Amino acid sequence: MSLAIETVDLVRTFKKRRGEVFSALDKVNLEVRPGEVFGLLGPNGAGKTTLIKILVTLLYPTSGRAIVAGCDVVKETDRLRGLIGMVSGGETSGYGILTVRENIWMFSQFYGMPSRLAKERIDGYLQRFGLAGDAKTKVNKLSTGMRQKMNIIRGFVTDPRILFLDEPTLGLDVHIAREVRAYIKEWMAENRDRNILLTTHYMAEAEELCDRIAIIDNGRIIACDTPAALRATLGKGGSFTLSLAPAPADASLVEGVPGVSGAYVAQTDGGAEGVLRFQLNDDTRLAEIFAAASRAGLTVREFSKRQPDLEDLFMKVVGRRLHEDE
Amino acid sequence: MKTNKFIAALRAIKARAYVRIVGGNRELSWMISEVGLPIISLAAYIFVYRSLGAPPQYEGLVVLGGAMIPFWVGVLWGMASQFYWEKETGNLDLFMASPMHPAWLLLGMATGGMFMSAVRALGVLAIGVFVFGVHFTPHQPLLLLTVFLLTLTALFSLGMAASSVYFLVGRLGLKLNMILMEPVYFLSGLFFPVNKFARPLLLIAAAIPLTLGLDGVRQLLLPRGLGIGFLSPYAEASILAAMTVVFTIGAVRLMRRLEAKGKRDGTMSLRWE
Repeated sequence: MSLAIETVDLVRTFKKRRGEVFSALDKVNLEVRPGEVFGLLGPNGAGKTTLIKILVTLLYPTSGRAIVAGCDVVKETDRLRGLIGMVSGGETSGYGILTVRENIWMFSQFYGMPSRLAKERIDGYLQRFGLAGDAKTKVNKLSTGMRQKMNIIRGFVTDPRILFLDEPTLGLDVHIAREVRAYIKEWMAENRDRNILLTTHYMAEAEELCDRIAIIDNGRIIACDTPAALRATLGKGGSFTLSLAPAPADASLVEGVPGVSGAYVAQTDGGAEGVLRFQLNDDTRLAEIFAAASRAGLTVREFSKRQPDLEDLFMKVVGRRLHEDE
Repeated sequence: MKTNKFIAALRAIKARAYVRIVGGNRELSWMISEVGLPIISLAAYIFVYRSLGAPPQYEGLVVLGGAMIPFWVGVLWGMASQFYWEKETGNLDLFMASPMHPAWLLLGMATGGMFMSAVRALGVLAIGVFVFGVHFTPHQPLLLLTVFLLTLTALFSLGMAASSVYFLVGRLGLKLNMILMEPVYFLSGLFFPVNKFARPLLLIAAAIPLTLGLDGVRQLLLPRGLGIGFLSPYAEASILAAMTVVFTIGAVRLMRRLEAKGKRDGTMSLRWE
């Protein structure tokens, strides 16, 4: 079985202004199988966009090899470009003076699509995404959400074999993002030869859509598997949240307890109360944590347990949360 | 989706030209900024010639110069600096990641640009004829059409070539546009016969397609005997044709180089990690 995407020891460096070399991708090895929605999860600056730019032929790798849809991204760009599509979150592409329908049509023509077929498909997609009423609205009059819907339609309208979605739901309202995810699933179900490579900041989105996920940080792939298998690496325990008063200064309270990982103080309420989060792979150790809190003079105000998710996994393998600002 | 390459190229050219042919004329504010404002300087020259008692044909010479302004504006702002804007909006990424050859993108921009500028030029001509009462006496219409079309192809192929050069200099290109406006207006003799220049200046002026084209069109649209010609229209048409070929080949090669450099240095996109 030939792979949809394969990268072998892919390296990309950039020169900074003072001559320093910054490594955006460091020996990335990926294998995406036909029919997969493959997720790339990582914080800002992890290398996700750089990887996508290489895979869609907009950037040369410094070394290594990348094959997409059977085409070498450096040597077979012309053939490859007809087989792929790309949509990025927060895109401002297109021309404000054209209407929604005209903009999508224009891009379809760059792929050589017969105009009539393009218009039929565009009308179908506009209907599907609730934009039919705005088909003749000029793009400079659209809201951010509507504009992103238009961009997403542009990605699908040429029916690419592999679609690269770089944070496609970034900044979208919850219901629009849900609509987009629903269509991605529908599109993939229609034809199992298709592929999507999706980068996202949203763990729930990755978990809902992706057959497999790679976690990337500092240009390196540090974990790659199905969401279920990745979660399973966290063990049978769970993710715990303790509300403590007063707020602990750091997570040292639980860090010495065997089986604890990914501990951090998530929120503090002016020092009066704090939320401590951690994973624990053996519930019987909870008594030790309560005892440690008591010894430190902390009162447990609230306690909860949930099944570990990808956010917990990310914390475990990367050592920090995906959204550091949370 | 298998499509004949020629058909695919025509579709891409048409689609990119559509932005200017349809979109560019959709908001009528251009009538003020791109026809109304140039008329002011054009009117000033007409009044100068009238006050000096110059033959009325000189007014036609000024109107023809004014009608060529939109073409030079189109070359600078609609062609040369276009890739800079396309990069800023994220369009360039999508254009380059699509299967169309970059030359079709350039040709689409040029075709649309020529049309858009021609509409504005017609506006200036109409004002010249109806407001200032200027008369033209066309002779050798086929040669006139040839010189005019070759002027457009030479100008816009220069714009295509400049677009890649401008892209490399980034925002500086916008300043370059400002710098290239007035000197080119002067050197191409928009409002006076260019043959009054001294020979060295004339040689520099002749390197600008606008100079040759305007001179040729004036010789073929204004009465003979005005003594305004610099070269024969045949010679001017030949030079313009050669310029078109050289600039077009240069533009495609530069575009490919730009693409390779952009992919190597990571300068083609705005968004990087």
